[in-house]
Amino acid sequence: MKTSVKRIVLLTAVLVLALAGMSGAATLKLAMDADPVSLDPHVQLSGGMLQYSHMVFDPLVRWTPEGDFEPRLAVKWEMVNDTTTRFFLRKDVKFHSGNMFTADDVVFTLERLKKSDDYKGLFEYFTGAKAVDSHTVDLITKEPYGLVMAMATYIFPMDKAFYSGTDPQNSKPKDLIIKTDYSFANFNESGTGPFKVTQREQGVKTTFTRFADYWDKNTGNVNEIIFTPIAEAPTRVAALLSGDVDFIMPVPPADLNRVEKTKGLKLVTMSGSRIITFQLNQKRRAEFANPKVRLAMDYAYNNDGVVKKIMKGFATAAAQNSPKGYQGYNPALQPRYDLAKAKELMKEAGYANGFECTMIAPNNRYVNDEKIAQAFVSMMSKIGIKISLKTMPKAQYWDQFDAQVADIQMIGWHSDTEDSANFFEYLYMCPDKETGRGQYNSGNYCNKEVDALTLQSNTETDIAKRSAILQDIEKTLYEDAAYIPLHWQNLSWASKDNMNTEAIVNVMNFPYFGDLVIK
Amino acid sequence: MFAFTVRRILQAIVVMLVISFIGFAIKHNFGDPVRELVGERVTPEERAQIRERLGLNDPFLVQYSRFLVDALHGDLGRSFFFKRPVTEVILSKAPATLELVFCASLIVILLSVPAGIHAAIYPRRLLSRFIMGSSIVGVSIPVFLTAIMLIYIFSVELGWLPSFGRGETVLLFGFWESGLLTKDGLLHLIMPSVALSSIMLPLFIRLVRSEMMEVLESEYVKFAWAKGLQPRRVWYVHAFKNTLLPVITVGGVQLGIMVAFTILTETVFQWQGMGSMFIESVSRADTALMVSYIVVVGAIFVVVNTMVDLIYGLVNPTVRVAGRQ
Repeated sequence: MKTSVKRIVLLTAVLVLALAGMSGAATLKLAMDADPVSLDPHVQLSGGMLQYSHMVFDPLVRWTPEGDFEPRLAVKWEMVNDTTTRFFLRKDVKFHSGNMFTADDVVFTLERLKKSDDYKGLFEYFTGAKAVDSHTVDLITKEPYGLVMAMATYIFPMDKAFYSGTDPQNSKPKDLIIKTDYSFANFNESGTGPFKVTQREQGVKTTFTRFADYWDKNTGNVNEIIFTPIAEAPTRVAALLSGDVDFIMPVPPADLNRVEKTKGLKLVTMSGSRIITFQLNQKRRAEFANPKVRLAMDYAYNNDGVVKKIMKGFATAAAQNSPKGYQGYNPALQPRYDLAKAKELMKEAGYANGFECTMIAPNNRYVNDEKIAQAFVSMMSKIGIKISLKTMPKAQYWDQFDAQVADIQMIGWHSDTEDSANFFEYLYMCPDKETGRGQYNSGNYCNKEVDALTLQSNTETDIAKRSAILQDIEKTLYEDAAYIPLHWQNLSWASKDNMNTEAIVNVMNFPYFGDLVIK
Repeated sequence: MFAFTVRRILQAIVVMLVISFIGFAIKHNFGDPVRELVGERVTPEERAQIRERLGLNDPFLVQYSRFLVDALHGDLGRSFFFKRPVTEVILSKAPATLELVFCASLIVILLSVPAGIHAAIYPRRLLSRFIMGSSIVGVSIPVFLTAIMLIYIFSVELGWLPSFGRGETVLLFGFWESGLLTKDGLLHLIMPSVALSSIMLPLFIRLVRSEMMEVLESEYVKFAWAKGLQPRRVWYVHAFKNTLLPVITVGGVQLGIMVAFTILTETVFQWQGMGSMFIESVSRADTALMVSYIVVVGAIFVVVNTMVDLIYGLVNPTVRVAGRQ
């Protein structure tokens, strides 16, 4: 009896001490499927690198969950004329190196973005940035451009003084962007963001420590993030369930229920913005050049069925490219599934007996990609289209996709600009090697009207007019059945339930870890 | 003996060359590394330029000879992903794998020998039947499943053991990250080593058992019984010694196989060794790293096999004599 009392007293003491130590500052153990490939934000345009950029750097502005822009390093902005947008910068911002942040850093960063293989396409419309004074900067475009603000979310100012000069280790300029080899920027960082990289073993562990001089005092309380990449989905979930990590992303669909039902855990999901589609190659198959055949196939594909049965509800059935919230989202367009109508259309087109064709799909790129492709094959067999399907890993897939080796090809697309026009430019404009438009249009759908409207939308700066144009394009693509839209993959995050996870995640899948509060 | 050694080493070099050639020849089938390096937006022209810069457009033989010449200078190329020389990457990952293999081997040896002997001496006992029965089950469950089951039982349900990674490590000799010296590191080692040993354990139990049974039938053991020696002395001294010889030979070869099997175990446990590094390099089409891994593991196989052959030559002179003909 005595010992048990003693034990309780001791335990209480330990608990009190532990709690006292925890209040205020907290450590977050984070696991994702992969870690950033580099410390240089300009080395690759990918979700992983942008997630990293939001931790270590700060953009001029960033997206709010509602799809608006919120000030970060820029406090306000205004249009000076058709091609110039003026940004007024925050004055109290320090880089991790201790240097003060000024307009020159923005000019430097934009110049560097235009040198990056991955970003120069996005920033092609910009002639550059001009410092008006130490904390005012103008972004100048070649012609009126509707996406200046969206692009400003990609400008994460880098420390000009820190990245200037020659690196003694390889006798090359420090600001050089190198993808496959050592470079100063690949292994050193100085951003303005909430966290500094204090230790990094690539592919094993990265430690982020809160930057003491971070300008935004009104944010989260995470002092340190220990980030481990865990590629294997079941292991990632087990690590969360066993308490070895506090936050995981993404959560595999098979484990959503389990995570949701586990006490002490919190699951946050949201409809994503990556559209999954099948492209029907009109150049390879005369049948696909007939809009009735394409329409019949769209009618024969059961979007809701696949979402329910294969995706376990973890996707949103789609009838267009633009997810809700995008300017081009057209609420009138709904998934159509009508087998009788599909058969009718096939008869009208003169293919009552169907035909045979080929198809390729990746098997490790999108969630359940292989299963979805198989379901598509069996659905099409109901209207007499016999498809021979070949699936392969993503490392091999894209070369085959580019070579257009099959009549039907799967592709998922996330708009880098978070804007509808990006879908049209890459997936549905007439393929043109010169301009790079229609680069991923393996359906070879070509409609001059869609081309003209897409280009028009790029220079339209009036949001209402621009939305009308983009929604119109979605409607044309839908009526033409230019492609088969499947669904938008959902996004998922899971964490312990003592954090404000839902407040830091967004449809771009860039969690703002700087704002995370652990109670 | 000297001639035998030289011949074995020459053979080993030929094998290494063949391995590197095959590794190099298949690397193109894993896809285009440039795809993994750039975002989706980058145009085909820009990708072509990057390919040219990396020398990926040169003819196969040019690339292969460049690889061989560099390899002779100790340079196996650079990893696109790690942005460092592959030798450096592999060396930094090797300790994790070797420690895992070491612990798994320890489990195999410590369990298979007593279990095998028991099953050989008392083939009809319940325990022996249980050992043999469960070894069949053990050999037929894939490592992947064993590993996930272990994680769910011991990490998720019971919360006794950590679910992934190596835990706290200590840096030895300036390059060897060891998990053997901290409590946390050892706790992290338990499940991966058990999972890895689960493939070899049944095999070794059966091997020890059948060898032991064979030896127990031999003339000299019968003679020992006839002499009236203590059963313990007959079993553990006279019979067991001769049982070990073939077990050691097979064990040496299996060690190499175990290194290859770490690929699965490491992937499940997010164990940062050479195995998981290899799988990741395949999915990223990081070809230099992929080929180097194949060469390095091939080298381990060759070295172990050569050493086993040499030791065998020492123990059993007939091998040397046969080689001379």
